[in-house]
Parts: sequence; structure tokens; C-alpha cells
Amino acid sequence: MVKVAHLIPLFPFLAFAVNIFFGRRLREASALISIIACGISAVLSLVVFQGLQAGEGSYSLGTWLFLNGKPLNFGVTVDALSVMMLLVVTVVATLIKIYSVGYMHGDLRYSRYFAYISLFTASMLGLVLADNFVMLYIFWEGVGLCSYLLIAFWFERPAAAKAGLKAFITTRIGDTGLLIGILLLLFSTQTLYFSELKNIAGDDWILTLAAILIFMGAVGKSAQFPLHVWLPDAMEGPTAVSALIHAATMVAAGVYLVARTYALFILHPLCLEIVALIGGISALLAASIATVNNDIKRVLAYSTISQLGLMMLGLGVGGYAAGTFHLMTHAFFKALLFLCAGSVIHSVHTQDIQKMGGLLSKMKVTGATFIIGTLAIAGVPPLSGFWSKDEILTAAWHNGSPVLFWLAVATSFLTAFYMARLIFLVLFGKPRSEMHPSESPKTMTVPLIILAVFAVFAGFIGSPLMHHAFQEFINEGHGGEVVASGFVIGLSIAVSLAGIGLAYLFYVLNNKIVPSGIRAQFAWLHQLLLNKYYIDEIYDAVFVRPCMRFCDFLFKFDAVVVDGLVNGAGAAVRAVSQVLRWVQTGLVQNYLLVQVLGVILFVLTLLGKLCFRF
Amino acid sequence: MIPLGFFIAISAVMFCIGIFGVLTRRNAIAVLMSIELILNAANINLVAFNKYLGTPDGLGQIFALFVIAIAAAASVVGLVLIIAIYRHGKSVFVDEYNLMKW
Repeated sequence: MVKVAHLIPLFPFLAFAVNIFFGRRLREASALISIIACGISAVLSLVVFQGLQAGEGSYSLGTWLFLNGKPLNFGVTVDALSVMMLLVVTVVATLIKIYSVGYMHGDLRYSRYFAYISLFTASMLGLVLADNFVMLYIFWEGVGLCSYLLIAFWFERPAAAKAGLKAFITTRIGDTGLLIGILLLLFSTQTLYFSELKNIAGDDWILTLAAILIFMGAVGKSAQFPLHVWLPDAMEGPTAVSALIHAATMVAAGVYLVARTYALFILHPLCLEIVALIGGISALLAASIATVNNDIKRVLAYSTISQLGLMMLGLGVGGYAAGTFHLMTHAFFKALLFLCAGSVIHSVHTQDIQKMGGLLSKMKVTGATFIIGTLAIAGVPPLSGFWSKDEILTAAWHNGSPVLFWLAVATSFLTAFYMARLIFLVLFGKPRSEMHPSESPKTMTVPLIILAVFAVFAGFIGSPLMHHAFQEFINEGHGGEVVASGFVIGLSIAVSLAGIGLAYLFYVLNNKIVPSGIRAQFAWLHQLLLNKYYIDEIYDAVFVRPCMRFCDFLFKFDAVVVDGLVNGAGAAVRAVSQVLRWVQTGLVQNYLLVQVLGVILFVLTLLGKLCFRF
Repeated sequence: MIPLGFFIAISAVMFCIGIFGVLTRRNAIAVLMSIELILNAANINLVAFNKYLGTPDGLGQIFALFVIAIAAAASVVGLVLIIAIYRHGKSVFVDEYNLMKW
């Protein structure tokens, strides 16, 4: 086998270069270039996968620079985790690009879109393949940049421009932590290679701190509490971008980072506890917000935060395989759900689910795949979400504290509830506003069908039916098979069905089941959830506005003091010259007089000196 | 022989008259004439010192001839400028021309 892994990010990057420079002339062809490049990457990923099975491993392309005398290589990681990510990213990205052909049709910056999205894919693939922190950080920032460009793609809309900025700044807070973490690691252990993390030695305290700081980066990128606020706003971007951000790139990067540096986290139980706790809080928090939101994309956005929280929780309770497994299945069904939502929006031109309804009969393919995606994320067996969620619950049951386990269970319940609510409101019932829905074009529905197939079957490779093949693969042969307890499986199925059932009661039987008295009693809760726990408002009051005030102060300081000094220097010169200009009369004789007086003075001084000396 | 002091004295007096003329005369042509006085004062000095210091090859005298020649040329240029400025401003009084400021 040849070493081709490093070519995988190269093709999308070339597509980016071609599209950004020749996009105007290429027009429609830019999409084709982008898709083909991504398709080649997908094929190469399969080749690398084959190579891994045949015993290929990581390799280096050469030395980049020397740090403290140690070489830092352009290394390429080829192991189970990176290959899994490669396959998921390339497959999902290819499908999303095909979908975008239909979704972005007629957009003003069509080729620009495909350029950005190719760069996004390339960055993510580079991030996955990096074998040291420095390269990872570069691609990490590349992903951040592309997310900014794509979220603010329709920058004519102020909301989109703001959302892009918010995403960039919020993730930046996490990135700062990541950078400090990387530097701490470098100075305490002298290594930046992931492969050396397993047997590093150093001050326990510093390594713990480094792990927590690195996790901070993951919190920002994966939109975990308390840095999750950017993600719902990121819905301002094109829906296909949302799908890519939420499924395969951007947010997956955070979970991937934790999985990649897992060796660092297991050094100290505190790190894992923090990971699990943050994950659990994010999961429940976001899931609860999703139950009341009325924007089809925002519901999915909160769902993403919640699912990523579950992955973090899975990783935090020691379920390395469980977390990565859920990352993989989630990529498929969340991409599917977002693309379905995009298809719906494309057709009815609104995002408000209160205005939709009864779309299943008009949009059969979208509707059917939407339902499949919903069942998958809700964890209904035997779809993919069931298997991976079950793994996480099992890991939490065995290793985590009861609090974490019940957090995960509650999240599962809420997930089933809000997803069922979403499809009941969108697909079933009667249309609640004037709409003329029609099925989306083939370029959009075909990716939906393919993703739906993945959403159904991707879970099997990690299920007991296939002897936990995925877990075996990701743990590289020596991960113990997790024994799922009947109680956990039963509970998992029960909460999923209960969630769907409750949503059916509420939104199909039309809430006659709940007495209005109880509804009134929970109005405050509804209000709290509708306002997203007021987290945005709190941030606004605590961070944004003081910061703006400080900036305002600095601005005034600059305007008054700094500019005052600069302008003052100028004004002083002017004032002096206003006086001195009277010396310049323009009359030659005046000048001559001064000159003569000067000479006389000079001569007298000279004479005086001479006299004084002798 | 007339003592050197006499020459120096007359030269100094001519120089001062010249300076005085340059500084006080309003008429540009008179200013030009005063400049000639200054130059001639210098010439007297040159010739006198040549004689009294006994430089054998008459260096001072040659120098004086050069000064006379160049002064003539300078006067020509000066007169031309005065004519030009007179055509421009209908005046040869130097205190009426203060264009060369700010």
C-alpha cells in the first residue's frame, strides 16, 4: 500500500484554491469541482482504511521545525480514530455538497460558497490527520475561520454577520484555553505528539491543568456549556452549512480533540469528571431548551449541543468507544436531520414550525427521511442512535456517578420528546398557514436517502449483533467488550418511547390531556426555557456590556488623551509659528539688516573673547 | 608712500557706506550701486595688501580684476531682474515687494 493519507485534505484544498480564484468563470462548474475533490478524498479515505486493516500506520512527511532541539514533523496520524473521522467527514461532506447544488442554486456567491465549504472540509480533514498539537491548532483555527465565513455567508443580513462574529469570538475564548494548554504541555513534558501522550511524565498538577485547558478548547468548538451560545445563532448560515458544522466538522472537532488526547485526561480522575459533568449539563440544558423552541433549525441546533454533551459525558465516564461511536452515528443522523430541515425550509420559506404542518403528504421523500432521522436520534431500536446512546448509558451506568447516568437518561427522554414534537408539528396535522410546499429537487433528496440509509444501519457495526466491531476497531483490538445490562437497554427504550408518546399526547391529541391549571403553573418554566435560561442576557450583562463600556472608555481615552497629545503637538507648533511668521516679512532689506547685525554681534563676541584671553 | 592704514580706512568707510546704502535705499538700482561700493571696498583691500605684503606675482590685483568682471556680470543680472520686476509691478522700490513670505 502507498501512503496516501496526506493527500486526503489536499484535494478539497485544491478545490478551494480553484474555486476562490476562478470561481467567477467556473460558475456552476465550481460545485462539480468541489464535489469531485471531496469524492476523491472519500475514496482515498477508504484506501487508508484498507491500509490500516493491513497494518499501515502513522507516518511523517518530513521535519517542519525544531522545538527545544526536538524535531516537529509534518506527521500524519493513521489510526482507528482518525480513519473513522476521515470516513465520516468525507462521506458526509460529499453528500452535503451534492445537496448544496440544489439548495444554493441561484445564489449570488455560488462558487464562493463551494470554495469556503471545501476549505472547511480540508481544514477538518487536516485537523483529523494532525499528529501533533501545533498542526492540530493550525487546522483548528482554519475550521474556526471557515465557520465564521460560512455562518456569515449571507452577510447582507445583519443577524448573519453578528452570528458569524459571535461564533468566532465565543470559540476564540475556548481556543485561548487550548493554546495555553498546549504551551503548558510543551513546557512541562517537552512533547507535542499525541502518540507520546500515553507515556508522558510530569507534574501531575500541571498536566491536569493542561488537560482542563485543552478541554476548554473543545468546549468552545463543540458548543458545550458555558460556551454553547454561538451555536444556535449559527443557524443564520445556509442550512447545508449548518448540517456540515453540526454533523461532521466544527463541533465534532471538540469531541475529536478530547478523544485524541484521551490519554491525558485519564491521568487524573478530575479531568474526566469535569468532561463528564460539562457534557451532562450541556446535554440536559440544551435538550430542555429544544423542547420549546419554535425554529426548526434552532431545535436541531440545541439538539446538537445536547448530543455533543452526551458524547462528552460518554468520554468523561470512560466510554471512549461509546463517545466516538456516538460521534460517528450522530454525524449521519444529524446531517440527515439538518438537510431535511433545509429541504423543508427551501420548500415553505419559513423556519417557524408553528406555521408548518401536514408536510408529509406534500414532501414524501423529505418527510420519510426526516422521520427516520428522528427515530434514529430519539434512540428507537434498531436505528443507529439507539446503539450508540445505549453504549453511553451503559458506560455511565458502570463507571459514572448516578447523577451522570440520570442526566443522560433525562436527556434521552427529552431528545425523544422534542424530536417527536418537531416532526409532529412539521409533518403531521393540518397546515397552520398558507403554504405551497413541493418536493425538493433530486440533488437534494438523493443525499437525504443515502444519509437515511446510514442513519439506519451505521449503528449495527457497534451493536452486539456484530460483536461490537466498532468498539473493537476504535480501541485497536484491546478494548474490553462492554456488557450492556438489560436494565439499561430497557430503560433506554422506555424513555425513548415515553418521550415520543408524550409528544404525541401534547401535539397530536392537542393538549386536551393537560389541564389548563397545570399549564399555567408551568408557564414560568416555559418562559425560562423559551428564553434559553437567559444565558444570552446574562452574558450580555456580565461580559458583553462591561466589555463594550470598557471599549468605550478606551475609545474616549484614545480620542481625548492620545489624540490630544498628538494634536496638541501639532497645535503647539502652529501656535509658535503663528508668532514666528511675523519674522518673515518678505522684505529683503530686513533680512540683510538681521544678517549685518548678526555679523557685528559675531565679530564683537570674537573680539571680546580675544580680549578676555589676552 | 601712503601708509596701509589709509587704504584700510577708506576701504572700511566705503564698505560701511555700501552696507548702509543696501539697507536703507528704497530704489532697487541704488541698492545695486551700493553693492558695487561694497565690492570695490574689497577690491581696494585686495590691491593694497598685495602691494604691502609684497606678493610677487600680483595675485591680489588679478583677484581684484576677477571681482570687477564678475561684479559687472552680476550687475547685469541684477539690472535685468529689476527691469523684469518693474514690468511686473510698475515699481522699483524694494519695500513694495514682499511676495517672498509664507
